[in-house]
Amino acid sequence: MSRPDVVDAAYLVAAVLFVLGLKSLARPRTASRGNLLGASAMFVAIMATLLDRAIVDVRVLLSGLVVGAAIGVVLALRVRMTAMPQLVALFNGFGGGASVLVALASFVEMVDLGQVDNRSSVSAVLTALIGAVTLTGSMVAFAKLQEVGGLRGFPGLATVRAVAAIVAVVAAVMVVARPEDVGWLWALVAAGAVLGVLGTLAIGGADMPVVIALLNSCSGVAASTAGFVLDNPLLIIAGSLVGASGLILTQIMCRSMNRSLVNVVFGSLSAGGAPDADDVYGDRVTATSAEEVAMLLEVAERVVIVPGYGLAVAQAQHAVRDLMRTLGNQGTEVTFGIHPVAGRMPGHMNVLLAEAEIDYEFLLDMDQVNPTFPQTDVTIVIGANDVVNPSARTDPDSPIAGMPILDVDGSRTVVVIKRSLSPGFAGIPNPLFANDGTLLLFGDGKDAVLDIVAALLAG
Amino acid sequence: MSLLVALTLFVLAVFLGLELITKVPATLHTPLMSGSNAVSGITLIGAMVSAGADHSTLATWLGFVAVVLATVNVVGGFLVTGRMLAMFTSRKSHRSPPDSEARS
Repeated sequence: MSRPDVVDAAYLVAAVLFVLGLKSLARPRTASRGNLLGASAMFVAIMATLLDRAIVDVRVLLSGLVVGAAIGVVLALRVRMTAMPQLVALFNGFGGGASVLVALASFVEMVDLGQVDNRSSVSAVLTALIGAVTLTGSMVAFAKLQEVGGLRGFPGLATVRAVAAIVAVVAAVMVVARPEDVGWLWALVAAGAVLGVLGTLAIGGADMPVVIALLNSCSGVAASTAGFVLDNPLLIIAGSLVGASGLILTQIMCRSMNRSLVNVVFGSLSAGGAPDADDVYGDRVTATSAEEVAMLLEVAERVVIVPGYGLAVAQAQHAVRDLMRTLGNQGTEVTFGIHPVAGRMPGHMNVLLAEAEIDYEFLLDMDQVNPTFPQTDVTIVIGANDVVNPSARTDPDSPIAGMPILDVDGSRTVVVIKRSLSPGFAGIPNPLFANDGTLLLFGDGKDAVLDIVAALLAG
Repeated sequence: MSLLVALTLFVLAVFLGLELITKVPATLHTPLMSGSNAVSGITLIGAMVSAGADHSTLATWLGFVAVVLATVNVVGGFLVTGRMLAMFTSRKSHRSPPDSEARS
């Protein structure tokens, strides 16, 4: 076999390994193997590429690999599980950015050599646009997840976005019409970068899981279109696999919020139909204490814990594990009810609770846990709000009307652990808090849970 | 590779991707996302060619930055996914308290 044949054969092996890897990643028992298969595929691809005849000087390339690997290892080993959404967003942006640069570099080279045709310019246009949106969109998502302040929409955002979109279209047309003027491609990257920022700036925290999944899909598509520029089959295959799987995840997230993708990206939740908080709460909110909750739990046979983003903020996952074990020791059955969009990325709560060594058998999806609430003695809601708001079921004018929620109000008693009565990300009051069967335990999620555990052990 | 062949690959891979990832349990949403994210770092092999082709200074530097970004994406992505999945699976195998060296 000649050298190019060896490279192509290795790419075929890598493509097969990627497919098997993704397939295994989607099943609990094989997920770890899937990750290893994916990593091996990447290793094979990298080794094969080193044989590529186009590479004449490996010094720059190898130093890039070393620097990148060092940064990647440090970031991956240091990150806390609570910061996982940020890290995924960051890596995602890097992938998109790399695709843009690859497209730029090879397009510049093709222009110099006079090899540009419509196919390469159209592919370069798509890569530059999608990759730039992914890069800056992910960076804004990263900053928002890091709780960097001041990142929100501003009046006239839609106008600026429209202008940037027009610039992008003009630049795209010019790249195809006059590829020798490379400046247009840079202009397109700039316009895409602006669009990425503006597209994510106004998106609320509750929509983050959708955005992260969508950006994940985009980084795959950008790699795939870069494959069209480079005429590289492995980039096309692996990129499209990721693009498709990211799209499925996006769809799952959208369905969990009963919103369309267009609505998440371009619309914003209107606060118009929301009733006034004072009307909803009045003096009907009942506050409770850790001791009182402990007394309820002592006689409970079935307890469901519903975690939300507040659990991650309060770092309460280990305290919750202690609570689960304490209740388990007295013979109480404890499960977790997890809403698909609880937290800031798909599966966020599952990762956090796994970190606290809570077996995933006890983590129930919305469809599994909802029928069990009527047989539940106590439901403890920690740092969740909109996903347990019964307005979604009862009030057709509510901004979250129709969103599937956890029907915690079906259980005998609901204990809500919360700092204050401030609304969730949808910005609407929650009638659950004023229900007769609901008790509010005000305070930090972690401290409150630890107090309950202490009270249980003392009593 | 002709455009049509490339498009064929693209379309078939999209269908394959859609078929592979159906009915993913919520537990795996995050690992699947970060794992597939690492796979999208495949753009690294394109970056390697740009960085090593020694065509022009501009192309080499663009390639270098692309290699760094894509390698962070790939190495970090697979590593962090592995870390997450280890939390999901290792529980039953070693219930005993981890030895002190394990975290260093």
